[in-house]
Amino acid sequence: MPQDTELAVRTIGISKEFFGQSVLEDVDFDLRWGEIHALLGENGAGKSTLCSILAGLYHPTRGEMMLAGAPYSPHSPHAALEAGVGMVYQHFRLVEQMTVAENILLGNPDVPVRMTASGLAGRAREVMDRHGLWIEPTKYVGDLAVGEKQQAEILRLLNRGVKVLILDEPTAVLTPREAEALFAALRNLADQGRGVILVTHKLREVQQSADTVTVLRSGKKVAHQRVDDTTTHDLARLMIGDDLEPGSGSVDASHTTGDKLLELHSVSVVSDAATRPELDGVNLTVRAGQIVGVAGVSGNGQRELAEVITGLRTTTSGTIRLRGEDISSQTIGGRIKKGMGFVPEDRLTRGLVLGLEIEDNVLLRSQRDRGFRIGPFLRLSAINQWARRLIDRFDIRGVRKGLPISVLSGGNLQRLILARELSRQPALLVASEPTRGLDVGAAEAVQTILKAERGRGVGILLFSGDLEEVLGISDEVVVMYEGRVVASRPASEVDVAQVGRWMAGLT
Amino acid sequence: MNDWVLIQSLVVAVSTGTPVVLAGSGAILTQRSGVLDLGVEGTMLIGAVTGFWVTTSTGSPVAGLVVAVLAAAVFSMIQGVLAVSLRANQVVVGVALVILGSGLSSFIGDQGDPPVARRFSGGIFTPVFPESVHDWPAVGPLLLSHDPVVYLSWAFVAGVQWYIFRTRTGMHLRAVGHDPASADAAGLPVSAVRYLHVALGGAAAGAGGGYLTLRLFSDWFDDMTAGMGWIAVILVILASWRSLRLLVAAYAFGAISSLGFTLQLLGWKIPTELLAILPFLVVYLVMVFVSAAERRSQMPASLAEPYFRESR
Repeated sequence: MPQDTELAVRTIGISKEFFGQSVLEDVDFDLRWGEIHALLGENGAGKSTLCSILAGLYHPTRGEMMLAGAPYSPHSPHAALEAGVGMVYQHFRLVEQMTVAENILLGNPDVPVRMTASGLAGRAREVMDRHGLWIEPTKYVGDLAVGEKQQAEILRLLNRGVKVLILDEPTAVLTPREAEALFAALRNLADQGRGVILVTHKLREVQQSADTVTVLRSGKKVAHQRVDDTTTHDLARLMIGDDLEPGSGSVDASHTTGDKLLELHSVSVVSDAATRPELDGVNLTVRAGQIVGVAGVSGNGQRELAEVITGLRTTTSGTIRLRGEDISSQTIGGRIKKGMGFVPEDRLTRGLVLGLEIEDNVLLRSQRDRGFRIGPFLRLSAINQWARRLIDRFDIRGVRKGLPISVLSGGNLQRLILARELSRQPALLVASEPTRGLDVGAAEAVQTILKAERGRGVGILLFSGDLEEVLGISDEVVVMYEGRVVASRPASEVDVAQVGRWMAGLT
Repeated sequence: MNDWVLIQSLVVAVSTGTPVVLAGSGAILTQRSGVLDLGVEGTMLIGAVTGFWVTTSTGSPVAGLVVAVLAAAVFSMIQGVLAVSLRANQVVVGVALVILGSGLSSFIGDQGDPPVARRFSGGIFTPVFPESVHDWPAVGPLLLSHDPVVYLSWAFVAGVQWYIFRTRTGMHLRAVGHDPASADAAGLPVSAVRYLHVALGGAAAGAGGGYLTLRLFSDWFDDMTAGMGWIAVILVILASWRSLRLLVAAYAFGAISSLGFTLQLLGWKIPTELLAILPFLVVYLVMVFVSAAERRSQMPASLAEPYFRESR
């Protein structure tokens, strides 16, 4: 390991803007050889962007980087790899249809031109012995468990001579045992003198496995400390910030005394016995005229929860009741009929058909309504009139006759979905990330619409990665961590730092 | 069944199957890289007409075959540029290339003085071994009576199989065909690998076409491939992208095609229209069973999907 300088990586004043929006501001970051350095922050804090810059995927807008004391500015991931910086993405760069040995040795110039399966396996075993990781080299990658795939990915990078290893949320998909094995392996690599960067939002992981920690918040570095000198409480406060307003504290008691609309009773989803359950015994109640906000770092079961409620995913066990009636085995259409509205997380692919005009889009879900059809034929004038009404009422701008809705801006598309869902007058609205990607004005407009619907007695289940939004408009705050509801409190009673700790898996 | 009839129909199966063996093995290389070249039929016609032109002008079938291979490789670069660099829809490009190849080969056939289509054979490939060994029991007609192109096709089939599974570049080829993004991350030149194997596939299809004019029919006429290119593409899937299986499938296809002839020799009375359908029926049935029994699909996972590096 070349250790001509103590520092493996140094960034000086790194900034990154996407389309004029700043995602990283003036970040100085130092990584020493032989340390595991945790990069901690909420979603959108800039952790992944910083790592992608180090790994050559993005180029910084401003700032300099040094690798082992020499100037470093990789123009591609491949160039970064050649320089000795490799990143383990959440989506592995492995060919599933090929063997572990083939994957580890792919692109390695030392592999002889003529080779045999056993020769390759032997070489792969040498690589594994050298790095203290072991996976059967003749197995096909597609047959491996996630943890093994991750180790294969790490081996692939090590075999390319990687000296600085970056891992992006490596434990998100692992069982606790797999995570332990991973950390043992990482410690071994650090002891060999490599620098390891661990991107995470889990405080316990930082405490257990890292030597140093850098905390990012809203694109800025807020702390760089030795882990031994910090406590999880300090880190949680640094990560979330303490300048957030506490919950809106809905004083109106009617928001918590309405009829029970949606009740989940120990709902679990287990898609693969080898990994942790996507949902693990979730209990949840949404009342009429109440907004229940689900907080949590993304990937802790929120998406799955929204999908089982709306019917896109089936439950493994547990019951879901809508107005007292068990809907666990109802179809999506059946649930819509019973009064459920859904604003999907990915509005562009699941919520709307971008290539169609607004009339067609507002008609989705209502295509069978009597008012819009005569037998199998559509009543175009009625549909058109209705679309105009929605455009006026929800202030959707930029609609052009004859053009697909793909010409609309993000905020207007979101208003269009809300318009469609709310015009059906649902009893319950499940809204996933309704303001993600919107500018402040558009986001406020969406929040105003949601609050107005609550006023009419609609029950709203709001999923949002934006903690400020959850605390700002919810009556009840629910926190999810690793597929479980770890806390559920009236918004007026929760403390921001406490929510941050729950989100990070602490109690 | 009469032994002589059996052996003769196998010999016929080998010679009618050879163009399909060559074109199909080449198509395996192309498809393994993730490019679906449906233009094989058109590429074969280009090889057939250019090979015939050169041989009738020079008298050398070897020169004809070489030119057929080169011309077809160049022709297949249309697919290469459109599919790899311009990321066009490969199915549309392939079908268009069949039509282009058919038209272009007919046009070429009308050129020259006298026009290629009116020429008589200028020389054909002849059996490698002397007549005397052709009569040896069984092995004589089956193994020793063939022309050099048949032996070349056997070597090519074995070479393709060995190349794909036993060489470093073959490993790169499989990685690019299954998962170009991962191959790119491993530093492999995805586009270059695809271009190379489109060209190799085209060259092999050209050799298959050349075999039609330089041996099988020893003549050129419009659209003489009569669907052989399409059969090659179908058999690639049937053989699950393995060239040794493709060889067996192509000969079986040839044997079943000549079965009508055999059965008539044996005095069976079956309508010829039914017999003409038989090979296709058998191919489809075998295909269903083979693909159902296959444990791990060899189909290139990114077949017919263009690759472009995600960049922000």
